[in-house]
Amino acid sequence: MANLIEVRNLQTQFFTQDGIVHAVNGITYDVAEGETVAIVGESGSGKSVGVMSLIRLIPEPPGKIVNGEVNFDGQDLLKLNEEELRQIRGNRIAMIFQDPMTSLNPVLTIGRQITEALELHLNMNREESRARAIELLELVGIPDAGARLDDYPHQFSGGMRQRVMIAMGLSCNPQLLIADEPTTALDVTIQAQIVDLVTRLQSELGMAIIWITHDLGVVAGLADRVLVMYAGFIVEEGPVDVIYGQPRHPYTLGLLRSIPRLDLGRQKRLIPIEGLPPDLLDPPQSCPFAPRCPFVIDKCLEENPPLMAISAVRSSACWVDLSDVEIYDTSADEQVEAVA
Amino acid sequence: MTTQNSNSADVSTAQETTHDEVLLSVNNLKMHFPITRGIILQRQVGSIKAVDGITFDLMRGETLGLVGESGCGKSTTGRAILQLYEPTDGAVVFEGQDLTDINSGELRRMRRRMQMIFQDPYASLNPRMTVGSIVGEPLEVHKIGGSRREQQQRVQELLEIVGLNPYFINRYPHEFSGGQRQRIGVARALAVNPSFIVCDEPISALDVSIQAQVINLLEDLQSEMGLTYLFIAHDLSVVRHISDRIAVMYLGKIVELADREVLYENPLHPYTQALLSAVPIPDPQVEKKRQRIILEGDVPSPAEPPTGCNFNTRCPQVMDICRQYEPSFTDVGEGHRVACFLYDEVEALNEAGQPVAVAA
Repeated sequence: MANLIEVRNLQTQFFTQDGIVHAVNGITYDVAEGETVAIVGESGSGKSVGVMSLIRLIPEPPGKIVNGEVNFDGQDLLKLNEEELRQIRGNRIAMIFQDPMTSLNPVLTIGRQITEALELHLNMNREESRARAIELLELVGIPDAGARLDDYPHQFSGGMRQRVMIAMGLSCNPQLLIADEPTTALDVTIQAQIVDLVTRLQSELGMAIIWITHDLGVVAGLADRVLVMYAGFIVEEGPVDVIYGQPRHPYTLGLLRSIPRLDLGRQKRLIPIEGLPPDLLDPPQSCPFAPRCPFVIDKCLEENPPLMAISAVRSSACWVDLSDVEIYDTSADEQVEAVA
Repeated sequence: MTTQNSNSADVSTAQETTHDEVLLSVNNLKMHFPITRGIILQRQVGSIKAVDGITFDLMRGETLGLVGESGCGKSTTGRAILQLYEPTDGAVVFEGQDLTDINSGELRRMRRRMQMIFQDPYASLNPRMTVGSIVGEPLEVHKIGGSRREQQQRVQELLEIVGLNPYFINRYPHEFSGGQRQRIGVARALAVNPSFIVCDEPISALDVSIQAQVINLLEDLQSEMGLTYLFIAHDLSVVRHISDRIAVMYLGKIVELADREVLYENPLHPYTQALLSAVPIPDPQVEKKRQRIILEGDVPSPAEPPTGCNFNTRCPQVMDICRQYEPSFTDVGEGHRVACFLYDEVEALNEAGQPVAVAA
């Protein structure tokens, strides 16, 4: 498949009173047409900022995209002016936000909020856009769509609001849908509904998806490819089976080890990642994961490893070869973590 | 359970030997919140039945996991047990005393024996107090700290127990990360030497890599101090990891209660089955093969629960009887209790309701 979007050395920083926050430190990746790419990381890893930067949703100031290119269909999105960008946002690249409670406007009806984009991007008139809005709400499984169009967001439950958000995201048939933790605020049974819905819609409509999440479980059933982010860097990248089967970065390994699994026998003891993520105001020159890494060697402290290809399909930013390490190691040390 | 690991094997045997004494007995606990109309003359027009008649026992030294989705009443249950709310009905017998039936002075003395760890480590610590005064406050309130010096020593000891540097005693909460703050919350709960701790979603506000640190801490403390936990959470993987027995709540009622392994291997209630099948597993190979039970619709409002079984509006195996009568919470063997007509013996004779095996 051809690449839909190519991100090259993207670097985003925030200029605050306390100094420069190095949120995204030069990330490079591609998303192919119709592909689902998951970006996994913890809070502060730069996963949301990195993706928001693609369509320049970073508040400037204090934020600034200091470097990089984002090639989308032959144009560099970072070079477009506000007007040109508006033609793309919500139209060819759409976004679903994390919190369906706060990302809908409480004083406008659902119908108005959906039809706005249709009138703006597709030049539909009132009747056409209303008909299309009903069609969209039916598509995302909202019962009695025609009547609910005139309801306000507070009249919907959390899961239903997220469906409305998805309907809005899909309204202009985007080529790329960016989903920023769309299920984090939802309960598991509702999460299953939404994941099911998005996968179904993708097979019907064929858009590419960038799915941002901290939940490794959701990713496993959803993504084609995974990017793992830590401290503003992509530390590991590859097809989902490969990454989960044999992680080659200690951070990915640590994440998989630190969550209990429902389908395995009871793990004796979880293996947490010791310590805390680095302060992005003052990022280390060494590998950012080195202070928490159980496999650390001298080289890690001297030089931050770049993302290096370790096979045709995957790459990892680590100097150490983890190819012999089992994920669920039974003989791990039992240290009580000391947080200093 | 097969464990090669010596340390945790000791823990589990130690726990199993002490699991025969009832520490807490909750009987038909109800917590209804009034819905009122009017500003000055308020009249009650209905009630939110947040907890609507739940019954269970908690053994000394065990961890009971309480799972359910948001709004099912699991946190309210925890608070009503500790009498942070005044329950509408029912009894909570803790160490032989009915907490709903004692005066406030006695209740305050009982509070030394039961503590709570809150969900949000950012909201549950007073930002104007130092760590020393946060952790030391319970000692002062219950007048068990001794002199100021002794109190400070005890606080430092507690900080060390939860894995924080004792020299942090004069710092403020904002100087700590989320995981460290949760440790402060744990230290505060431990200050009065409780026997029972309600852990109300203690890890859901934390990052994945930090969650494991706090889970391990709670497990260590339990094995060292013989604590009893009521562990409230919505994350079933975590609950399964930490609990001995698990209770599943739906709309103010416990629908199923069983030993950890029994519940996961043989879930009986259709809601438990759906809940378990909805939990994503971090393994693409497993995920590809799984069959999800996708529940339709949303949880009904606890102000107007459906008649009959609470789950009948979403249940994939709903029968006529479910819309008319409420199933009783029956023991189907070995302490595995379930509230569902599929397993109600009397009804099973009439209805040919076969339990459907869940593909996990």
